[in-house]
Amino acid sequence: MKHIKTLNTVKLQNTVKKGGCGECQTSCQSACKTSCTVGNQTCEHK
Amino acid sequence: MNGQLGSRFEEGLVHLYKNNGYNIVLDINSGSVHVVDDLVYDIVEALDQGQEKETVIERLSSMYGRQEVQDGYAECESLIADGQLFSKDIYEDAIGVYTKKEPVVKALCLHVAHACNLSCRYCFAEEGEYHGQRAVMSAEVGRRALDFLVENSGSRRNLEVDFFGGEPLMDWDVVKEVVAYGRSLEREKEKRFRFTLTTNGVLLDEEKMDLADREMSNVVLSLDGRPKVHDKMRPFPNGAGSYGLVLPKFLEFAKRRGDKDHYVRGTFTRHNLDFSKDVLHMADLGFKHISMEPVVAPETEDHALRLEDLPAVCEQYDILAREMIRREREGRGFQFFHFMIDLSGGPCVYKRLSGCGSGTEYLAVTPWGDLYPCHQFVGEEKFRMGTVFDGIKRPDVRELFLACNVYTKPACRKCFARFYCSGGCAANSYNFHKDMEQVYEIGCVLERKRVECAIMIKAALACD
Repeated sequence: MKHIKTLNTVKLQNTVKKGGCGECQTSCQSACKTSCTVGNQTCEHK
Repeated sequence: MNGQLGSRFEEGLVHLYKNNGYNIVLDINSGSVHVVDDLVYDIVEALDQGQEKETVIERLSSMYGRQEVQDGYAECESLIADGQLFSKDIYEDAIGVYTKKEPVVKALCLHVAHACNLSCRYCFAEEGEYHGQRAVMSAEVGRRALDFLVENSGSRRNLEVDFFGGEPLMDWDVVKEVVAYGRSLEREKEKRFRFTLTTNGVLLDEEKMDLADREMSNVVLSLDGRPKVHDKMRPFPNGAGSYGLVLPKFLEFAKRRGDKDHYVRGTFTRHNLDFSKDVLHMADLGFKHISMEPVVAPETEDHALRLEDLPAVCEQYDILAREMIRREREGRGFQFFHFMIDLSGGPCVYKRLSGCGSGTEYLAVTPWGDLYPCHQFVGEEKFRMGTVFDGIKRPDVRELFLACNVYTKPACRKCFARFYCSGGCAANSYNFHKDMEQVYEIGCVLERKRVECAIMIKAALACD
């Protein structure tokens, strides 16, 4: 595209059917402990 | 599916912003991020305001030329058709799938010591004592906590146990025993324990570094940045600073650790609103994995962040983001926890809806074996859910947390960052409003800014 550069190709809608296994890290076990930072967690099945 | 209403789009499906010379469009519900030129930025902004196609093209043609506007509009239409622009929120119904699942517990925060050898001025644990008595966890409670976790984890294979406090190194023998017990359970129970350790470093020595490096999947080292900043907020009980003692140990541990997960993690307060300097100080020391949390404290505390501090704090995030881009380009980049964002994968929508799992799949365990929704609720008697010996006796508390999500919080429904923070921290909501469906406004402003910066960094590096 000439006017638009899209940074990602994966859409969140696609995870509705495949996601939800629950094996990923609990976010507070990382480095926050006083906030909630979920968006930077990694999918276990990536 | 897109959010078209006749010939117009619903408001609030996209978030547009300009940062560091980049025009960024976030399609909120698909998570798609588009870096666009001024023309497309103006087109999307007009559509987001409810203007119709013909009106937009007519109005912008005088500025950009009709053919260019039509070309730009055609690119937008292709993204709309592909569900990457003005996509609709289709997840509210999915929340039911999550809440109806069998309850499992997959992570425990073990408070192995309600005691600490530092007197950090912002400590929510009140120098480790959590509104109660000083105490350390026995090996019996620690082992039983792992049994409780295994028994309540259903088919989950990966289980997480965080050694927390107070200062967990003050009960090191129990940490070792619990780790050994966990390893002994893994094969028999077909589970895998991921242990993590959060420490102030005072008691860190060769033997503890060895075991932590070998057994912990993540180690969090508490360091606030520049010596004066660290020493002011993280003194010993006699008032002396702790920077000089802990820094050499943290440097040694980070060197051993290499690429394996670890963070130096600081807290900034209104005493160091120039906290980007503290992050960069730690980066200059050679640390590659850095986290810096805004203090969460009642406004009566002199170190608490206030609403009037937010512009300065947001500016610091901008400064930090630009410097991180510069260092990345120079081949000396580092990770900043709150700017990490995975645009090519990242968590599924269920994870984003369920948040941190406090009170449901994540619980805190006191030295006596009492269960609470998370470390920040420990000591709040009305949230005591049971014990590791008797199990959960207050399913109503679990239900309370399970029922709380971005769709039950009015402020989150309108927020572009709702799929990145998942509605924020329940403890912060409770502590500031006594209501978990309210939000902690300061945290929200900062979370939105961090998401914007994280995306801008990706945009800058992708456009190189």
